[in-house]
Amino acid sequence: MRANFTHRQSAHCENGVVSNLLRFHGLEFDEPMIFGIGSGLFFSYLPFVKLNGIPVASYRIWPGHIFKRFANRIGVKIERKKYSTPKAAMDALDSMLEKGQPVGMLTSVFYLDYLPAAYRFHFNAHNIIVFGKENGRYLVSDPVMEYTTDISPEDLIRARFAKGVPEPSGRMYYPVTLPGKYDLEKAIWTGIKQTSDHMTHIPVPLFGAKGMKYLSKRLRYWPDRLGDRKAIQWLGNLIRMQEEIGTGGAGFRFIYAAFLDQASTVLNNEKLFDLSGQLTKSGDQLREFAYYAGRVCKNRTSDTRSFSELAAMLEDCSQKEQQIFSELYQISKAK
Amino acid sequence: MQQDEVPQDEKNLNEGKLAKLYYATDAKGHYTKVNSIGWEPETVAMEQAWDVVHAEVEAARQKVIAGKASPVLYYLKKNIMNVPMVAGYMGTLSVIVRLHMLPFFFHKLSQKTLERYAYTFRITVEELLDTEKLKDKHES
Repeated sequence: MRANFTHRQSAHCENGVVSNLLRFHGLEFDEPMIFGIGSGLFFSYLPFVKLNGIPVASYRIWPGHIFKRFANRIGVKIERKKYSTPKAAMDALDSMLEKGQPVGMLTSVFYLDYLPAAYRFHFNAHNIIVFGKENGRYLVSDPVMEYTTDISPEDLIRARFAKGVPEPSGRMYYPVTLPGKYDLEKAIWTGIKQTSDHMTHIPVPLFGAKGMKYLSKRLRYWPDRLGDRKAIQWLGNLIRMQEEIGTGGAGFRFIYAAFLDQASTVLNNEKLFDLSGQLTKSGDQLREFAYYAGRVCKNRTSDTRSFSELAAMLEDCSQKEQQIFSELYQISKAK
Repeated sequence: MQQDEVPQDEKNLNEGKLAKLYYATDAKGHYTKVNSIGWEPETVAMEQAWDVVHAEVEAARQKVIAGKASPVLYYLKKNIMNVPMVAGYMGTLSVIVRLHMLPFFFHKLSQKTLERYAYTFRITVEELLDTEKLKDKHES
């Protein structure tokens, strides 16, 4: 059995799952729209929360929130479930597939063997859609892949019941009721307002544009504080957080810029297009940051000069984003 | 980033399975979608992360061969797990897993516990117990 389902690739898994699920139910939203309306863009640096001994930097909002916010703003009602045993979770999945309903779910990347081996770390919040079962294998639409693929029931069970932080616990979700009518303009402005508010107005230096500046300050002293080997390891991790699967720093700036571009057409607002161009520049700079950071990692020599140069780039990004999102806040506040 | 600047670095770790989607601008500054087969900084960062993993696996292997740790330590590192994670799979406490990483306690484990470890690490019980085989599994 398989649902009549069209897969489209996306840059980020959560957006992609929402976009593909809603398309199946007859609502057409492109990835950037979902990211923008769901207020996906963010920045946070949490030096006291460590993964494998390395502090967490994130270039977007916490997993799960994009979908939640988007659904609230457009008026889609979603059913979410979690399970205590693999059997209950797989039975529930099978019965949804019998009804011809594709289902979104949380999985651990480690057990998804269709992905290249190099990506398969224990990242437990990857979203995929299962849309059918054929010859004893589940048909999978993984939004970061170009085409649909399949997975064995054993691997899917492991992926859905992976341990660690966070635990997927067999979580799955699907839309139950869709809005007959919705106010797209209002949803876009609400999305912009929340993102720009959070990027500029949180009075804690770890979040938003301020967080970026804070990270740049800390980064400058990494070689002195940690020694060369560790400093390079932390830097490498920072690029992975920026670019790798499930995260993707500069990439998120580009998705958001694409959203502003699309929003300017929908709302007929030239200013948004202008700001989209400015955000593209900030994204370009983050890419350049990753490029030079990559060089530092590759040469395995960390002299403080390159670290302070990198810090300066990040600080510049922070200033740019502070300005862009302040402007966006001013525009969206009145709407 | 402009459309034609989207990186297409041949040297990547994607095994031809993955061409990520990027958003890039056209000549007028409007966004389009472009696939990318790989990008060097990303590859470098991933290689670096794997180097750390391989080094830890190798250190664990040496410890097991020297009889200072049980194979649980080796397979924990091999699967990039940590103690709380393995404890989660085993349905037990971290401290118990830490004890099982010592040869003394490992040799007293029941068949059932061994099977559970084998399942967690996706190997057979025989493989789990076979420390001889670890001797020629050098991690580079």
